[in-house]
Amino acid sequence: MIRLTTNFLAAALMAAGMTVAFAQDDAEQPKPERQSWSFSGLFGVYDQAQLQRGFQVYKEVCSNCHKLSIPFRALEDPNGPGYSVDQVKALAASYQVTNDEPNDKGEIFKRPGTPADDFPPPESFPNDQAAAAALGKAPPDMAELAEARKYERGFPWFIFDALPFDQYQEMGADYIYAILNGYTKSGDPQWNLYYPGHRIAMPQPIVDGAVNYSDGTPPKLDNYARDVAAFLTWASEPTLAERKKIGLRVMIFLIVLATLLYFTKKRVWSGLH
Amino acid sequence: MSGSPTYVPKSALGRWFESRLPIMGLVHSSFVAFPVPRNLNYLWTFGAILAFMLGAQIVTGIILAMHYVPSATLAFASVEHIMRDVNYGWLIRYLHTNGASMFFLAVYIHMFRGIYYGSYKAPREVLWILGVIIYLLMMATAFMGYVLPWGSMSFAGATVITNLFTAIPLVGTGVAHWLWGGYAVGDPTLNRFFSLHYLLPFMIVGVVILHVWALHVAGQNNPDGVEVQNVERDTVAFTPYATIKDLFGVSIFLILYAWFVFYIPTYLLDADNSVPANPLVTPAHIVPEWYLLPFYAILRAIPNKLVGVVALAAAIILLAFLPWLDTSKVKSGKYRPAFRIFFWLFVVCCVGLGYLGSQEVSDTTTWIARILAIGYFGFLVVALPVLGLIERTKPLPASIADAVLAKTKPAEAAAPPASR
Repeated sequence: MIRLTTNFLAAALMAAGMTVAFAQDDAEQPKPERQSWSFSGLFGVYDQAQLQRGFQVYKEVCSNCHKLSIPFRALEDPNGPGYSVDQVKALAASYQVTNDEPNDKGEIFKRPGTPADDFPPPESFPNDQAAAAALGKAPPDMAELAEARKYERGFPWFIFDALPFDQYQEMGADYIYAILNGYTKSGDPQWNLYYPGHRIAMPQPIVDGAVNYSDGTPPKLDNYARDVAAFLTWASEPTLAERKKIGLRVMIFLIVLATLLYFTKKRVWSGLH
Repeated sequence: MSGSPTYVPKSALGRWFESRLPIMGLVHSSFVAFPVPRNLNYLWTFGAILAFMLGAQIVTGIILAMHYVPSATLAFASVEHIMRDVNYGWLIRYLHTNGASMFFLAVYIHMFRGIYYGSYKAPREVLWILGVIIYLLMMATAFMGYVLPWGSMSFAGATVITNLFTAIPLVGTGVAHWLWGGYAVGDPTLNRFFSLHYLLPFMIVGVVILHVWALHVAGQNNPDGVEVQNVERDTVAFTPYATIKDLFGVSIFLILYAWFVFYIPTYLLDADNSVPANPLVTPAHIVPEWYLLPFYAILRAIPNKLVGVVALAAAIILLAFLPWLDTSKVKSGKYRPAFRIFFWLFVVCCVGLGYLGSQEVSDTTTWIARILAIGYFGFLVVALPVLGLIERTKPLPASIADAVLAKTKPAEAAAPPASR
């Protein structure tokens, strides 16, 4: 056993040495800091008011360039923003969407949206090519954005990230929050502290006071960043709360089952000598 | 090594059926009466865990295939549809993606256990080779499964791996075009990968049946590596002893599996696979899934593409020759002090290569990977053959029963065994 431990220790030390050697290479680009979120941890759930504020930020700011390929009806999710059916109907109707099929005369036409429709792409950029032509690079679809952004945590942190009570699954939210707060060089709207190489195609999208919250939350960049990061996390993973709720039951069931099996096994084997 | 109590049907219907198809007798002799060495530790429950995982992957996979669309334009959206709109689709998909990782975790423990306790040695060479074939099929299945969501990393991974075939002289490019069904990875590639991803698991089932058959002919190895001499003293019946122990092992493994599925479901998924595939945009840092990383590191450590591909293939194929590469007559690492040191160094090489495979390439990583790759091959082709010739092994227990008794009642074991 001692030899075993020594070997593992040697392996760990070696790996730690390698990490130090690699870490120096990208020292000048800080990693996003870990924020505290209502949806982190074993019992995490989304904060409905925060998601509604985040949606407001998306609608008033982000949606000018970014599409969000989820249906309007998703906003009714009781574990998510939890808007009422009527609110969603009214919201959908305020958008003009292109009908899938042509009309009787063979013309493609636009009509008011229904809850079953996806959010239409931004008016100025009907497709990625149009956006890339105007902006240099097509803004990514926000439906999967929070899932699609992670960053290297390095050894040994990536091991701790998997362990109970410290599990770290909110990298996407932290990344979005960091990027929105990373425009720290005044006079250069495309310099971002957290973006690889510090050159980001998206000029600073939002500043203090850009959106007026109706619930009294201070209209500060920090709040916008936090709220929209939470909203986008929900957009990319609307089943998170249900997953954690079922997970708790499954864990309790399995632990009880394993305990019972352990004692049964002991009992069965105790007959041997 | 057939179990002592044979199957006797209790009912008239049972007797009628058994005389026409003796399947109940087969099940009884394989999973009830089958004698199991009594000194097995919990590492021997991984066979049951792997059988469970194979079943879980097939069941979840069949359900996913009901909702998935194998088309370059629709695949990504269909996976999103599964995650968002299909009832419990998120659960089925997380069970399947994390299930693949759990399957590999279990198979690696199973393989390292086999190496540590010399389970590939006579009379279990065919059993071991069948295991290596299962492992190869698993890697092929997992690789093609990873391509199916048609994310950015799926596409990059498919391109990198299939491009390895172009390293073959003369016919390489032709082979690659044939695999792709075109001049690059595209819709035909995705379609055939889906078809094969559905087929291969059933081939795995077939080889698993052979694997279990071979196991029941040779009998299980055990931590002391001495063969069963006296069924009465050295073994216990599979049911209830091994059955209940396996069930307990599976339940513990399920806790780990459930932890991944419900609390850290995307921990092992690459973020780039949440971006739809785009042939014009390649991820900055292409990495395969964790279970293939050691081989990826070996491939990258070698500057020449053809030599790299040969080394990659050799790293896997050599495993099939372990029964002959290892010259030691003693099976268990428990009685081989020098082998033990090299075994753990081999484990360190594998884990180290895995870590390096996940890192971006630099001169430092390449050199460390080369050293570890030499360690990997050195263990297989130098350490194992040489150790068997020069190593001074510890004395083996006279029988499994003696080994068990020595552990529980040291005084009794010192006395000569009454009967053999």
